[in-house]
Amino acid sequence: MQIKILAFGIAREICGGSTLHLEVPDHSTAGTLKQMLTEQYPRLAGLNSFLLAVNEEFAAPDARINSGDEVAIIPPVSGG
Amino acid sequence: MAQRQTSHFNITTAPIDVMACIGLVTGPGSGGVDVFIGTVRDLTQGKPVLRLEFEAYESMALREMQRIVEQAFAKWPVHAIAIHHRTGVLQVGDTAVVIAVSAAHRAAAFDACRYTIDTLKQTVPIWKKEVFEDGEVWVSAHP
Repeated sequence: MQIKILAFGIAREICGGSTLHLEVPDHSTAGTLKQMLTEQYPRLAGLNSFLLAVNEEFAAPDARINSGDEVAIIPPVSGG
Repeated sequence: MAQRQTSHFNITTAPIDVMACIGLVTGPGSGGVDVFIGTVRDLTQGKPVLRLEFEAYESMALREMQRIVEQAFAKWPVHAIAIHHRTGVLQVGDTAVVIAVSAAHRAAAFDACRYTIDTLKQTVPIWKKEVFEDGEVWVSAHP
């Protein structure tokens, strides 16, 4: 299935855009997607950390990704 | 009678009006308003900062702000909390964030205000880039 991924902050710069479209296997989880993203964009591994959000909620590694979900790459936050 | 707790959130590229934030939380039952104002500092580790650039995942950031405020309401008897955060390009001295908290008594307002800004900095998807004369750095991104 194809999913849309939003990238913010330094992740947007690493991934070369604020919206990515990625073909992922059915039954993907946030954890496997994170691994795929790190393989495709190795500089993500150099960050302090990064999390995925699914439908505007931080996602645990075992959270399922479904077609149509809004996934976002959340590098270390630094608001305030 | 328990007073209804109210919250106000805003993420905007426009300058933040601190007095308006205070007005949002002030009411007859409040004995005090505690306000945190986060501003753009001129130096980072001794290096002059030219400007900051803030970016937000706005819809999620508003949800996370709501979550923080619900936690604060559960922990302290405060009446109202306003969180306004600015995005876009900010210059030294500009206001980046305002947290205003009202309560019947000051201790709850101070505690809830501190909790709100501390937790915002940890969980709300907003990012800042510091721009220096010789380069730029996304804050907290790298070890």
